[in-house]
Amino acid sequence: MAMATIGNSGAAERRVEDEIFRRGRDLRGSGFRTMLFAALAISILFLVVLLIQVFVDGWPVLDERFGDFWSGTLRSRSSDDKLGISQGMIGSFWIAVFVAVIAFPLGIAAAIYLEEYAPDNIVTKTIDIAIRNLAGVPSVVYGLLGLFLFVQTRELKDSTLYAGGITLAILVLPIVVITAAEAIRAVPSSLRQGAYGVGATKWDVIRTQILPFAAPGVLTGTLLALSRAVGEAAPLILVGAITGRLAPRDGSFLSLEQFSDRFTAMPIVIVGWVQESGRDAGFSAAAGAAIVVLLAFVISMNSVAVVLRNYFEKKRG
Amino acid sequence: MADISIPKPTTGLLTTDALAGPRSRARKEGAVKWILFSAALVSIAISVLIVLSLINEARVFILEVDWANTWGQQGWFPRQGLYDMPTLLVSSLIVTVVAMFVAGPLGLGAAVYLSEYASRRTRSLLKPILEILAGVPSVVLGFFALFFISPQVIERIGRNGWLVVGAIMIIVYVGMVFRWARQAMVAEPGTTLRTQLIRILTLTTLVALGLILIWWINDVAGSSDPASADFFTVKRSGQLAAAAVGVGILTIPLVASVSEDALAAVPEELRAASAGLGARKMTTTVQVVLPAAVSGIVAAFIIGISRALGETMVVFMAGGAADAARFTASPFDGGLTMTAGMASLATGTDNVVGEGLTFQSLYFVGLVLFIITLALNVMAGRYVSRVREKY
Amino acid sequence: MVNTKPSDEEILKGLGVLDDEEQSDSGPDVAFSVDRGPSDEPLPEEVSDEDLVFDASELSVFYGDFRAVRDVNLRVRRNEITALIGPSGCGKSTVLRSFNRMNDLIPSARVAGSLLYRGVDLYDPRVDPVEVRRRVGMVFQKPNPFPKSVYDNVAYGPRVAGRKKGLDDVVENSLKKAALWDEVKDRLQDSAIGLSGGQQQRLSIARAIAVDPEVLLMDEPCSALDPIATARIEELMAEIKSEYTIMIVTHNMQQAARVSDRTAFFSVELDESNDRRTGVLVEYTTTEKLFSNPDDERTENYITGRFG
Repeated sequence: MAMATIGNSGAAERRVEDEIFRRGRDLRGSGFRTMLFAALAISILFLVVLLIQVFVDGWPVLDERFGDFWSGTLRSRSSDDKLGISQGMIGSFWIAVFVAVIAFPLGIAAAIYLEEYAPDNIVTKTIDIAIRNLAGVPSVVYGLLGLFLFVQTRELKDSTLYAGGITLAILVLPIVVITAAEAIRAVPSSLRQGAYGVGATKWDVIRTQILPFAAPGVLTGTLLALSRAVGEAAPLILVGAITGRLAPRDGSFLSLEQFSDRFTAMPIVIVGWVQESGRDAGFSAAAGAAIVVLLAFVISMNSVAVVLRNYFEKKRG
Repeated sequence: MADISIPKPTTGLLTTDALAGPRSRARKEGAVKWILFSAALVSIAISVLIVLSLINEARVFILEVDWANTWGQQGWFPRQGLYDMPTLLVSSLIVTVVAMFVAGPLGLGAAVYLSEYASRRTRSLLKPILEILAGVPSVVLGFFALFFISPQVIERIGRNGWLVVGAIMIIVYVGMVFRWARQAMVAEPGTTLRTQLIRILTLTTLVALGLILIWWINDVAGSSDPASADFFTVKRSGQLAAAAVGVGILTIPLVASVSEDALAAVPEELRAASAGLGARKMTTTVQVVLPAAVSGIVAAFIIGISRALGETMVVFMAGGAADAARFTASPFDGGLTMTAGMASLATGTDNVVGEGLTFQSLYFVGLVLFIITLALNVMAGRYVSRVREKY
Repeated sequence: MVNTKPSDEEILKGLGVLDDEEQSDSGPDVAFSVDRGPSDEPLPEEVSDEDLVFDASELSVFYGDFRAVRDVNLRVRRNEITALIGPSGCGKSTVLRSFNRMNDLIPSARVAGSLLYRGVDLYDPRVDPVEVRRRVGMVFQKPNPFPKSVYDNVAYGPRVAGRKKGLDDVVENSLKKAALWDEVKDRLQDSAIGLSGGQQQRLSIARAIAVDPEVLLMDEPCSALDPIATARIEELMAEIKSEYTIMIVTHNMQQAARVSDRTAFFSVELDESNDRRTGVLVEYTTTEKLFSNPDDERTENYITGRFG
């Protein structure tokens, strides 16, 4: 019936033609599409503006006195030419070491257990729930845990590098477990079967088949975890990393005494300088410079992780 | 280890011992299993320790605090024994709501674009950038919020400007959600009296909501700081609105990635079926894909809220924590959220040690935050598993 | 959490429908002519302890509370090729995998009845499945080379068994036995993923042989291969039969007829009450008799193509 009316009218015929060939533009559709794209574009624009602003703020400091800034220490005035990030770098370096030594083996081992061994029982379910919920606990709460475990039980104010390092290792543990478990889950079962079929033990299979195959995915997770730990500040503030001045130390990167000494880390240095910028405006430029250094590290690690993952995803179809 | 170079007898009966395998192998395999199992148990241990440490200290606070000092006081001054919870709660609420106004639509929009519209190439180019945004440390966003968002975005447009923008945004968002929910849940029955009534009612509600909002920001929100009541001034240490936008930016990638997972879980046949009925891409997306993924999107928003609520550094650095421990209900004032309150206590000159229950109050706030975020995460988990069950 | 999907799916696959690939490896068109070489004497029905490798009696395999196969009685003799045939979902693969305890990898799998390997109960709690699998090797349906070099693939079994010396000889001998040596001797260090499907499957056989097993279980080893590659695998089986006891699951009746000495025919019973299918062993006898003069009507229907 409708067909008949359309067929009888020339105008309607043209309209059908328009619709088929999309001459009548779908304005709402393209508007919707533009809106969605704008959402993505704005999100990315934030990143771009952020990078530019931080760079503009911090570049002069790095440009004028790169070496000094690198080797300098925390100071009370921003004009002090011994102002620099060396203490923050040392602290962050050791935090990364703590995370690598504690969180990586523990997290990967837990992931192997969950994927390869765990029976379907209440203990496994509890572990699973615990890990997923730990991943959602605000980082500041981990700081309370660190404060409780390592600082308060000793003497107050006596917060040390190992307290901060272990706290951050605990913080990123769920990230390592979850990403490693995902990577292990992606190992094709034919590999497992082939290995079992020629008399490999479970540990042989894990060691020779599963870990090599899952290595890129596991590595991605560890890189993400590491960059998270290095950029994290809230737990360290709670544990009591120093935000203000810190006596310049002549100890080297490798002296063991610093584990039981007061410490600071890159994000904490930044927070401290931002806070002092109210009094001494020059600190904000120093903070910008420190952020450039921190971002260079964090973004390059994240980029490597993302590229690595995408490469292997593509390669393995 | 069985040495396979020794020829085994290949005929005749065997004993069970011949197939038992060396004892050492069983021991080694058993040991490996137990080591791995212990590693997995660590996560339970950490969970227990978190809860124990929180409860242990918070218990002291709950038992000993003068509860009159926790409600209706002027602000959060733990060192003077004044623990006004509304100060922290309202600031946290403001930051979370404003952050979600940024992260919700942007994150969801980005996810829908990437999942439904972007070509493979665009996707492989833009998605990693979003993932890098996810990795930006929160201190960096704190810096950005304080030195860029606060002066360049919040101050430039000014209080009155943001009043209008905020009101319009609320009306548009709520209106869109209403419309979409109606479209998604009931098949359009044509213009009956009832739908007309609903339409009018919705519209009135929205207008009323907008007016209330304007009144609230103008009167209530501005009242705590008379100096800035009619003239917008930016404080050197920032204000809640700037921090909230920073938190929102930080939350975008999270909302986007969880939403995208939900959208990816919608079977391709649904899209094909809709397209096969002659629906345009937009119609398919709005009326088929989004409703199908709705529980996942809800989960994304809940996770986003939980993340925004727990974010510390941005709020601490850019939320005006340094000069505001007083109660405020205005996003344009400096304020203390739960997290900023904790950080602020811990960075005090005396490093946490204070009078009486100062230390314990830290754990009390931590416990409240932990309970709220845990509840949100569990809720989000429910919604996520609902998507999994469906498809 | 072991991925249980493939096996369960396979078990629960529908009744009777042969899929396309099963037809592809039909090989030469000499259906059901049984040729066991020059010594064409009838196979003895009685078997001495010396020659009895597997003795399954009343063997059932369960997945959870679902019984996939029930009451299998099967005696497998030394240096013979025993074929398991039957429609999809009849549980022949499940039975095969219970002979070297590969079913252990599926958490819900469970075995009832008795399965003796040279007089030892394979499911005795003291038995180590790893030890069993070193004596009873397995070749899978799809070629599954490890993402390593050809050499490392073959050397994998001996290595995990703790062998470090003389691997070169083991690799060479195994590849020769698997009739692959000439094709790969110049590229032992190349990735095994680059080999053709047929080569990969022969590599899988070489890999299984390298641990010097007594028995080789082959789970539809040719179903993913083209007819030429299939013919090569069949030749290979005939060549190595003197050294190994072979059990092969195949969808392809012609293949069973061509290569095997004895054949077990499995079928499916449908339990109307819960719509579940259980595999049963219908008939087990010499291949010659099974294909020329089966005792059971169901066997006859199947081999003449009237069913499944």
